[in-house]
Amino acid sequence: MATQRIKRNPSPSPAFDLKGSLFTLTVMKLMSHDLDIVSDQLAIKVNQAPAFFQSAPIVIDLQMLPENGKVDFALLVGLLRGFGFIPVGIVGGSHDDKEMARAMDLAILSLGKNTGAVKAPPVITEKIEEKIPELKAVVAAPENKLVTKTVRSGQRIYAPNGDLIIMASVGSGAELLASGNIHVYGQLRGRALAGVNGDESARVFCQSLNAELVSVAGHYKVNEDLSQAVRGRPTQVFLEGDKLRISLLQA
Amino acid sequence: MARIIVITSGKGGVGKTTTSAAFAMGLARKGLKTVVIDFDVGLRNLDLIMGCERRVVYDLVNVIQGEARLSQALIRDKRADHLYVLPASQTRDKDALSMEGIESIFDELKKTFDYIVCDSPAGIEHGAFMAMYHADEAIVVTNPEISSVRDSDRILGLLASKTKRAAEGLEPVKEHLLLTRYSPERVQMGEMLGVEDVQEILALPLIGVIPESQSVLAASNSGVPVVLDEKSDAGQAYADIVARFLGEEIPYKFIDVQKRGIMSRIFGG
Repeated sequence: MATQRIKRNPSPSPAFDLKGSLFTLTVMKLMSHDLDIVSDQLAIKVNQAPAFFQSAPIVIDLQMLPENGKVDFALLVGLLRGFGFIPVGIVGGSHDDKEMARAMDLAILSLGKNTGAVKAPPVITEKIEEKIPELKAVVAAPENKLVTKTVRSGQRIYAPNGDLIIMASVGSGAELLASGNIHVYGQLRGRALAGVNGDESARVFCQSLNAELVSVAGHYKVNEDLSQAVRGRPTQVFLEGDKLRISLLQA
Repeated sequence: MARIIVITSGKGGVGKTTTSAAFAMGLARKGLKTVVIDFDVGLRNLDLIMGCERRVVYDLVNVIQGEARLSQALIRDKRADHLYVLPASQTRDKDALSMEGIESIFDELKKTFDYIVCDSPAGIEHGAFMAMYHADEAIVVTNPEISSVRDSDRILGLLASKTKRAAEGLEPVKEHLLLTRYSPERVQMGEMLGVEDVQEILALPLIGVIPESQSVLAASNSGVPVVLDEKSDAGQAYADIVARFLGEEIPYKFIDVQKRGIMSRIFGG
């Protein structure tokens, strides 16, 4: 598809740059065929930090699975999506597993040498290499930052490559910065600047909005600009075109 | 093992020294060996509040600089057997406080005392850091008004990041909120922040509320820690705080408006 676009639109300056890069991903080492058990245990894990796993890219590792038995891939992927994960690929597994994964648009990955437990034969590695450029564009796992304690006046917390999640209140005079979204599961009285690297799709979410300043990709509002309708309420702050909007999270 | 408690606030004039004096006296009256140290070098006040200003020979800076032994600088309180005061120097500045010097003083005090109470200077500069660095617990003194609350929030941030416990990754400093100069009537009229308002902002366990009281000024001027004035509301409130600090469960007083009798309602008062 990318090649087609270049043919239609010949351009003297390069429209993109394909580069290899490394990302941290969550890997789910599957050890049971029984998806009911997997589902139950996953629910417990996710409940401990729901926001942390929200939209987290995940790789399914089939190498630890017992030999006999089959994984219902469609069900597993649906299960993961239901919990908020974004399945991006698989590691290991039988030939059938790989066919199934390919059919579901999942990448076939091989683990690096330093992980030790590489079972995949070299033939498959070659196949993977063809797919790698595409895959690198898809896999961009953010480095989210989770803070569980109250953020005090004068403190500054920065998540340079991802979301910032605060499980407590943020005092006035404190400052939160994130390249991605900012979530505050408490009172937000300080400053919150989402999308500091220019990501206009970033948002600020909070349980109670009384921020000194909220900003998305440089578009900001100060406390004085907050309307009574949103003040002290659960809200989200986002960009709509060039305008910074604040809306209630519930009716 | 001796516990080091810092009395701090960020903001000045909220009652740190009054609290240090009353709290230390309260601990001593419970039979606990207590020393209270004035860290406000250059603005020495604790000796006045403790009523020992005429017995100061050597001070904290003298000990740090090796000009006097610790035992020479400690002043024994005449009213409580177990209470000692280590005064600050009025003629030096806070830079005279060195980390190593203070550490060695604490090491020596820990051998004999149960509690070491540090009266922090206002601000977030060197003196305040020296006072809080070794603390095991902190009493954050706050007035029910927004600037004091914000300064307390700032100090709480520093307690969580700039103390020895934070640096060494130990259990964090145990923090207590103390509201001083509280007037339930003014809270009811909306002129003052209430206990819940302050607690909601600072998210801190409350160790007590000291009502706005004439007895505090009178006690300060006569050099008697207000906790010794058992008839005064502030004195009782400080005694309750000491008891609460030592683990007793005591209901909070002075938070609600006192119900006035019918006579005072008719005649005013």
